[in-house]
Amino acid sequence: MKFDIYDLSSFTSSIDEALMSSMSPFWAVTIEMILIGVAILAFYAVVGLYLVYAERKICAFMQCRVGPNRVGPYGFFQTIADLIKLLLKELIPIKNADKLLFNIAPFIVIIASFMAIAAIPFAKGLHALDFNIGVFYVIAVSSMGVIGILIAGWSSNNKYSLIGAMRSGAQIVSYELSVGLSLITIVILAGSLQFSTIVEAQRGGWFLFTGHIPAIIAFLVFLVASTAETNRGPFDLAEAESELTAGFHTEYSGIKFAFFFLAEYMNMFIVASIAATVFLGGWMPLHVGGWEMFNNIMDFISPFFLYACKTSFVIFIIILFKWTFPRLRIDQLLTLEWKYLLPINLFNIILMAFIVLKGWHF
Amino acid sequence: MKSIINYLAEIFRGVYALYQGMKVTGYYFIHPRQIVTQQYPENRKKLEMFERFKGEVVMIHDENNHHRCTACGICEMNCPNGSIEIISRTVIGEDGKKKKEIAKHIYHLGMCTFCNLCVKTCPSNALKMDQTFEHAVFDRGKLTKILNRPGSALMKGVDK
Repeated sequence: MKFDIYDLSSFTSSIDEALMSSMSPFWAVTIEMILIGVAILAFYAVVGLYLVYAERKICAFMQCRVGPNRVGPYGFFQTIADLIKLLLKELIPIKNADKLLFNIAPFIVIIASFMAIAAIPFAKGLHALDFNIGVFYVIAVSSMGVIGILIAGWSSNNKYSLIGAMRSGAQIVSYELSVGLSLITIVILAGSLQFSTIVEAQRGGWFLFTGHIPAIIAFLVFLVASTAETNRGPFDLAEAESELTAGFHTEYSGIKFAFFFLAEYMNMFIVASIAATVFLGGWMPLHVGGWEMFNNIMDFISPFFLYACKTSFVIFIIILFKWTFPRLRIDQLLTLEWKYLLPINLFNIILMAFIVLKGWHF
Repeated sequence: MKSIINYLAEIFRGVYALYQGMKVTGYYFIHPRQIVTQQYPENRKKLEMFERFKGEVVMIHDENNHHRCTACGICEMNCPNGSIEIISRTVIGEDGKKKKEIAKHIYHLGMCTFCNLCVKTCPSNALKMDQTFEHAVFDRGKLTKILNRPGSALMKGVDK
């Protein structure tokens, strides 16, 4: 296969062998974990900053504005300047706040998204955790963030924060169901919970096309539900600034606020990555049966580039949601989940199981 | 059965409505020419203000340094926050009658709310709103302006 020139597994395994041969397995694994942690941390910071920039630019164009354009060419360094400002800001201690929980909450939120990013396959061999229950792991870990949000709202000793946190809790608990079920629809088609197997199964065509009708329904449901799960877009009642000032992070300042802010954007990135991996083939190039020339050309594109393109496409759709639709009320939010998305999803799973059983997929 | 059809129709109507909304924002996203923001310091040379824009009050003078202000004081009375002060002097006209004449038309730009009442109520249309807007100064005293130019005189036939 022509994939071999971009195959990073030989690179990562050579690092592993070099470390294993020079020291005891305990230290080798420790050093590997530190290396991966630092790499993911750097990636996390850079992607988070530039997602904020991308969102500000995109929403500006949608509103007939220019957006950030003063710091560097096209405002490219604006978010870095914002980060420096946030780092230098004072951390204001809150009277009568629960000190321990107040300080721990931003870390829980950011650790939850940090753990989820480890399971994402960026390219062949560039994959920190390849569990055989990868999809389940991501669903489980990403729902931990709600604990951080609830703790932040509770410990702030502020009514608005608490209301925001409670709304957020109700929202994430309900939409978690739809996200999980729409992923399970694809798991039925793939026959595996492991991300590498799911990507490998899309060599002949993306699941969005091979699974046809149920896969497209699952993709749309996943987009809506995951937007709600990340507390974004029209579903941002948790921080509805016109009603609750800023919701659960009202009392936070400086770098602690930046943690919440960064975690929100990284959750969007993680959700988009999962959508790209599960529905759009991850790093696998687009192959069409019978078109030899086309398939060979697609093989020459770097898998990481393909993965980045697909993820940016999904991120663009999520940003488009946010800057097009007005915010939902809490009852509308729960109606959408329990009366529409969940029944559609359950029906969709049965449809997908039937199609897989009959072999009607491509 | 009918309720199921209604349910499905509702979903499709909803999705279509959302698609229409996204089409509008998507149109603006791929048409950067629709951007209305002015890039101010760069386009300073060719910046054109709208006609309705009110920058500051000025007194109209013609090419012979003649204005139309009769020192009646109506603008001073109508100004809601006292940004206009009229200082007049009495002179003897050509026909031997005593006549009021404007000495200083003082305008405090720092207190003005640009409500346009002075321009509207002026019986002889002596004032107008100018379109300048770069009013920032380092000294507050510079915001107090005298609107009638030095050596200017009343235009013939205004005070009839």
